[in-house]
Amino acid sequence: MSMDELIELSAAAAAQALAAGELDANELFGAYRARAQADELNCFTWLASEPAPVASNSPFGGVPLAVKDLFCTEGAPSQSGSRILEGYLPPYTATAVARLKDAGATLLGKTNQDEFAMGSSNENSAFGPVLNPWDRTRVPGGSSGGSAAAVAAGLAPWALGTDTGGSIRQPAALCGIVGMKPTYGAVSRYGMIAFASSLDQAGPLTRDVTDAALMLRHMIGRDERDATSLRFPEQIELPHADRLDGVRLGVPAELSGEGIEAGVLEQFQRALTLARELGATVNTDVKLPHAPHGLSAYYVIAPAEASSNLARFDGVRYGLRAPDGQDLVGMYTRTRHDGFGAEVKRRIMLGTYALSAGYYDAYYGRAQRVRTKIVEDFRSAFEQVDFIVTPTTPGVAFGLGEKTKDPWSMYLNDALTVPMSLAGIPAISIPCGLSEPQASLDGESRPLPVGLQLAGPAFSENRLLDAAHALERAIGFDNSLVRA
Amino acid sequence: MIDRDEVLHVARLARLALSEEEIEPMARELSGVLDHIAKIEEIDLDGVPPTSHVVEVTGRLRADEPCESLPREVALAQAPAVSGDGFLVPSPQA
Repeated sequence: MSMDELIELSAAAAAQALAAGELDANELFGAYRARAQADELNCFTWLASEPAPVASNSPFGGVPLAVKDLFCTEGAPSQSGSRILEGYLPPYTATAVARLKDAGATLLGKTNQDEFAMGSSNENSAFGPVLNPWDRTRVPGGSSGGSAAAVAAGLAPWALGTDTGGSIRQPAALCGIVGMKPTYGAVSRYGMIAFASSLDQAGPLTRDVTDAALMLRHMIGRDERDATSLRFPEQIELPHADRLDGVRLGVPAELSGEGIEAGVLEQFQRALTLARELGATVNTDVKLPHAPHGLSAYYVIAPAEASSNLARFDGVRYGLRAPDGQDLVGMYTRTRHDGFGAEVKRRIMLGTYALSAGYYDAYYGRAQRVRTKIVEDFRSAFEQVDFIVTPTTPGVAFGLGEKTKDPWSMYLNDALTVPMSLAGIPAISIPCGLSEPQASLDGESRPLPVGLQLAGPAFSENRLLDAAHALERAIGFDNSLVRA
Repeated sequence: MIDRDEVLHVARLARLALSEEEIEPMARELSGVLDHIAKIEEIDLDGVPPTSHVVEVTGRLRADEPCESLPREVALAQAPAVSGDGFLVPSPQA
């Protein structure tokens, strides 16, 4: 097989070729490693020099895997995009990574991300921004920006990411690939450097829906080391559906109109037309009345949890320590000043404020009640429809530096993905077309991918993957262009 | 509106030193974000319980059995400073 043919294999196809003896695992690893080594997008923070051995009869048989920096990987730097963890070598491996390894994935490298997964553009990484392979003057989205760009550019067959408020789905949408956030608790969080524990969830970033199902199949399940992880009620099946007969789709007005770019809405409507042609019904009367408040609730809850989780970075047990010459508290405060970037500091401050005496009820208490309303909204919506369908993001990939001045303008990127995160339900983003944006900083205008989001009730992953598969086939999006 | 004193108070709670030039932008940006968040004050939430967990789970306890822990040298390997068998930190009164 030529190098080009190797790279064009999906992860599932590569696993099949490896099992059939038509492909050599070392050759496949070498091809991807060479491409990742030559990367000009800044996708990786670390690359493996050689593939770790895998069992010969394992399901993946040695398919390389790119892993977001925040997953602990024994012996490989795990820095969560932060200066405060620069060079940190964890003594154990995250359960999600260990399970994929047991299934025969080999670690190709660690991918760049927004610091502690806080961001929607990858511009908050201590290791520099990642560029979007469709247009290098634009962001890849975030926080799993390195994972998304690496898969889109063919620097890895697939990648592992995490999603707290959209950090898998949004970069997948902006890079023209598939990204899935599973039901909260489906995948163990053990060994993930925590951002917001009631929301964080690991999931796949892949070229197609079949690869997403294949990766997810080997990630899910109860883990004694994460008390919030759950026994998933069934095996994840590879999707085969090519029709949507009888499937009821709901398009809530709250998440499909206001604040969304015309080019995105156009591709979204086109996808709905295709869904109808496949036999689905589209219900536009379904309501999620509290969804527009999701962003406000999220930007209280997530920073509150983050301010608590990030208390562990104190310069004592690992990571950076500010120079000596101070008392203990002075060492803590200087270390945290020197080690955290601007957005992380902002969220720690916001979360500490929201939890502080006198403000707790007005902010955190209220936000958790809004969250209950959002959970109830989805529950009643799913009595009328099988899936909620929305655009994944309000716009296509934006320019580097375009939204860094005003924090809220950046947070608005998460408006359509945050409600599902608060409700803990599974959601998948698939590419649904290209939109012609305004000219880029360099004066060129290049078409950019648009993402379609499908969300279902807890544990509906198999049905969700089937519906996404049928739509993917009908849409016929070609993401091979940017792998060349 | 969050003022300078409030920023410094919260920074103390968060064990976060802020340089002089970080204080004013922090006050402005936090105020801006809180203005947007304030929209949740409009919602009627009387009698609505706060979310404790999104997916029904029952507490599960594992058996309390001794098992191997991280070897001391591995636990200390990433520390910025160690002394003998422990983590070394500056004195609280240095």
